[in-house]
Amino acid sequence: MSVTTADAVRPLPGRRWLTAAIVWALLLSVPAWLPMLGGYTALAARVLVLGLAAMSFNLLLGFTGVMSFGHAAYFGLGAYGAGLTLKYLAASTPLAMLMGVLLGGVAGTLFGLLIVRRRGVYFAMVTVAFGQIAFYIAYSWNDLTGGYDGLRGFTRAPLDLGFATIDIANNDIAFYYFLLAVFAVATGLQGLLLASPFGRTLLAIRENERRARFLGIPIERHIWMSFSISCAFTALAGALYALLNNFADPMGLHYTLSGEIVIMAVMGGMRAFWGPLVGATLFVVAQDYISSITVNWMSFVGLIFVLVVLFFPRGLLGMLQGRGGR
Amino acid sequence: MFQLVLFNVTNGLIIGAFYVLMALGLSLILNLSNVINFAHGNFLALGGYMAFVLTPYIGFWGALLVSPLLTALFGFVIERLMIRRVYGRDPVYSLLLTFGLAFIMQDACRYIWGPNGLPMNVPDLLAQPLTADLFFITWYRIFMVAIVIVAVAGLFAFLRYTRVGIRIRAGTLDLDTVNALGVNVGMLRSLNFAVGSLLAGLAGVLAAGQIGLNPNMGDDLLMPSFIAIIVGGVGSLTGTLLGGLLIGVAAALTTVVWPAASEAVIYVIMLVVLVVRPRGLLGEEGMLT
Repeated sequence: MSVTTADAVRPLPGRRWLTAAIVWALLLSVPAWLPMLGGYTALAARVLVLGLAAMSFNLLLGFTGVMSFGHAAYFGLGAYGAGLTLKYLAASTPLAMLMGVLLGGVAGTLFGLLIVRRRGVYFAMVTVAFGQIAFYIAYSWNDLTGGYDGLRGFTRAPLDLGFATIDIANNDIAFYYFLLAVFAVATGLQGLLLASPFGRTLLAIRENERRARFLGIPIERHIWMSFSISCAFTALAGALYALLNNFADPMGLHYTLSGEIVIMAVMGGMRAFWGPLVGATLFVVAQDYISSITVNWMSFVGLIFVLVVLFFPRGLLGMLQGRGGR
Repeated sequence: MFQLVLFNVTNGLIIGAFYVLMALGLSLILNLSNVINFAHGNFLALGGYMAFVLTPYIGFWGALLVSPLLTALFGFVIERLMIRRVYGRDPVYSLLLTFGLAFIMQDACRYIWGPNGLPMNVPDLLAQPLTADLFFITWYRIFMVAIVIVAVAGLFAFLRYTRVGIRIRAGTLDLDTVNALGVNVGMLRSLNFAVGSLLAGLAGVLAAGQIGLNPNMGDDLLMPSFIAIIVGGVGSLTGTLLGGLLIGVAAALTTVVWPAASEAVIYVIMLVVLVVRPRGLLGEEGMLT
């Protein structure tokens, strides 16, 4: 078994179910306990959306071993795809999400073709530069995207199920549960994907690319598919972000956000399935709190980056679950 | 029309010169230490601000000399304290580290010198236009391009003729062997980082005289510098030089025909290179991949 090293960092099956149960119990009961802690539901919604982005990104970093530093591009494309659909095509939330995923997913798939042979920092540099293309287009195509000010003038539409209508447009709690449902489906799919032979092959590539190549695995094709899938899921998160804010702005495409997505994954633990969600929670809450008490929040956020890299490189879950593992 | 073309070509050369200074520094660090310095634009800003502080005491000419050296010293210390801890680890850590550093440095500049732009005065001699017709070409611009040429020539001479320079080039190709031959690789990397920072600091002083100072003055130069490296080919300094000039001039010429697309053309060049010649113009297959 060439993937035994990967198994070594995985918790026991029983503990995995326990982790999942805790995560879902906490997420499902957010509207009940968050206000008591002084939070608000929109903050939890932000955590969910960015957590999904970080988990989607982590399919690449944590489970394929490839470092992309341009995932904000696909996040932002998803957001613009959804926003433009709602503004110009139809007032349909599912259609907006679909278009967002398509825009980001197709862009990622095409670009992935160009870069699958690159590795390491060079891969990161090319992805970051490509990401800026999307930023640049959104920034300069004023007529369509609203340019620097961002895309406004759309609102998410109530969800029409045929037999009933759910008012996610005005009811924050209903919208939170809608987000949670989408999050559940997306992370469920990711979990299935990682447990499948395809997912195990990705782990093999991460652990030892050369050996995987000798086993006859088409490395480039696997990395390409992993990149495309990761981009599509990230675009879904972006589409949800546009729905959450009723707004899409070019900063959602900027490489600053790419860096934040990466730090979320690393901070929570990139080798753990739920790590990026934990990281997103820590980061979003910390950013929200710090920017409310000081104008110099950038220094503190930068300090988080530096401290995590120097002192907690394995992330929170990595430290909790990895004792004696590696 | 002739004036318009000349105006844009001059602008392109000057912007290209900044791209070259930034990209060469980034490229040096990337080649030897496999680190992308996201904070490079902030090193540039630091160089500019230090010149601003020093000018009242030692004049513009003194600041032009001292400020890049101080930036190099700062880079040296940062490398010793932080960057060296991530060598040999997953590249994600070096990226995140310099990324966080960029945040802190930008915020520090804003905290110390304020969020608004500051003007930096250059000597009267340089502020004059060349002739009344060519009012947009000041002596400062000519001087700037000349300094960049001297700096680039100096860098290449340094890498070719000095002991440290030769070791840096050798280390780029095979650091383990250089280490085995008894060279202090840790110090070599620190010095190399300092040289890269020196170039950024120099670009900062020159930029301050041209466009003034603000905390994020280096940000707009970072991405084109990445692209200059990608276009020129990772692992080749000559390639980086070529890439920087190419995208600078291409952007300027595009401004003549279609101003709105001047930045887009940089990205188009990058995509064309990635499709046609993925390793970059002068890059070698297998470097850093």
